[in-house]
Amino acid sequence: MSEKVLTLRGVVKEFEGQTILDGIDLEVEKGEVVVIIGPSGCGKSTLLRCINALEPIQGGEILLQGSPVKAGDKNLPVLRQKIGMVFQSYDLFPHMTIMDNITLAPRKVHKRDKAEVEREAAELLSRVGLADKAKSFPRQLSGGQKQRVAIVRMLIMHPEILLFDEVTAALDPEMVREVLDVMLELAKQGRTMIIVTHEMAFARAVAHRMIFIDEGRIVEEGKPDEFFESPKTERARNFLNMFRFQPASRS
Amino acid sequence: MQALGLEVLFKGTNFIRLLGGLGVALKISLLAVLISIPAGILLGTLMTASNPVIRAILRLYLEVMRIMPQLVLLFLVFFGTTRALGWDLSGETSALIVFSLWGTAEMSDLVRGAIISIPKHQYESAAALCLTLPQTYYHIIFPQALRRLLPLSINLITRMIKTTSLILMIGVVEVIKVSQQIIEANRMSSPNAAFGVYLTVLLLYFAACFPISMLARFLEKRAEI
Ligand SMILES: Nc1ncnc2c1ncn2[C@@H]1O[C@H](COP(=O)(O)OP(=O)(O)OP(=O)(O)O)[C@@H](O)[C@H]1O
Ligand SMILES: [Mg+2]
Repeated sequence: MSEKVLTLRGVVKEFEGQTILDGIDLEVEKGEVVVIIGPSGCGKSTLLRCINALEPIQGGEILLQGSPVKAGDKNLPVLRQKIGMVFQSYDLFPHMTIMDNITLAPRKVHKRDKAEVEREAAELLSRVGLADKAKSFPRQLSGGQKQRVAIVRMLIMHPEILLFDEVTAALDPEMVREVLDVMLELAKQGRTMIIVTHEMAFARAVAHRMIFIDEGRIVEEGKPDEFFESPKTERARNFLNMFRFQPASRS
Repeated sequence: MQALGLEVLFKGTNFIRLLGGLGVALKISLLAVLISIPAGILLGTLMTASNPVIRAILRLYLEVMRIMPQLVLLFLVFFGTTRALGWDLSGETSALIVFSLWGTAEMSDLVRGAIISIPKHQYESAAALCLTLPQTYYHIIFPQALRRLLPLSINLITRMIKTTSLILMIGVVEVIKVSQQIIEANRMSSPNAAFGVYLTVLLLYFAACFPISMLARFLEKRAEI
């Protein structure tokens, strides 16, 4: 039997009386890559933020390897170390070099030795093709390079599960590929990942399971080929149709 | 020379005395700044805290310090405490207290502004990396806030130096007071002394504040990068 890394049961999230997540059930197994898609405002980012306890939930529970993840809980700092997250906005620390951006958390949180962390950082940087950028500052990097650094900064904490929230959405088109390639590589290594994206071709290539969310509920889920070829629900079909290029009919 | 009344400056130790007066003003400003900066950082950080009671109290303190003319504060501390509490504070001590209270209030508002200008996702990235709140402030928020803060707090220093001209009102012999004494003593021999002496005072203030302003502008440019 495969090991469950993450379990969500009936997760409810409300903002100011409005229900944003309306009973989300989800199980993610070790090594599984789950891709979440859905219309803007349906609650995808909120879901990832709840998993990372950046937002408190109003109902249901979130279990990471069996332990409840709760905002404000005293166990949270330990549990959260197992969850890595990369956001849409380039969120590197602008006043630090790339090397310091990457090594700050392992040194301060894990109290690891500076030289040893820097060795690992250099190794990870070269794996994403940024070996020469260690001494640069974030402002000297392109958007795609910054997102690759953000991924390295997360990886060096050795998380069990990786969360990606539209990490290519703010990038110029020519930079999207280099970031997606890094994520594909991580999937190949057997990492457990939850990815929110609008890149449908990438989703189909990387996902073990597709999840379609609308209005705070999981409307449809399934294997990527089935999901993209023959979506079962009307809403998923309509959503996927928006991504198909249809030439205007000339009468 | 005669027409401008500059000659009194070269009589006896007059010029040295003027410099001494400026020294008193600078000393009080500097000490007040040294107190205001750490106190302002502490209060300014608390002003961004979520506790509404703390926020309200600090807001009130800031508003009172801003609304009250500094002269009233000086009188209140210098004369008021003698009457009401029986303290016998010297003019310099009173001035130092008032300028520290005022500087702390202004500084706290600058600190608050600098901290809230740091985008929310900086806090969230730090949280996602499991840094504790103190670690987040120390490594992420303060260093970035400081860059924005530095030029502003230097401007506060020049404002403080200029405002010290008020402390002659509570008997502190600073540069303006020395000027008055010199002009008074030479009323007969150099009737134009007022012009020459105050012109010199103007230049002295300029000499003290201009380098500080330049430094502020330089730091401002650097912070923009
Ligand atoms: N802090 C907040 N306070 C109030 N409402 C919020 C907050 N954050 C998100 N919301 C609301 O929750 C809903 C879901 O937002 P969310 O960011 O999760 O959507 P999303 O699916 O990620 O959309 P997108 O594809 O545009 O990123 C939106 O209606 C949004 O307005
Ligand atoms: Mg989103």
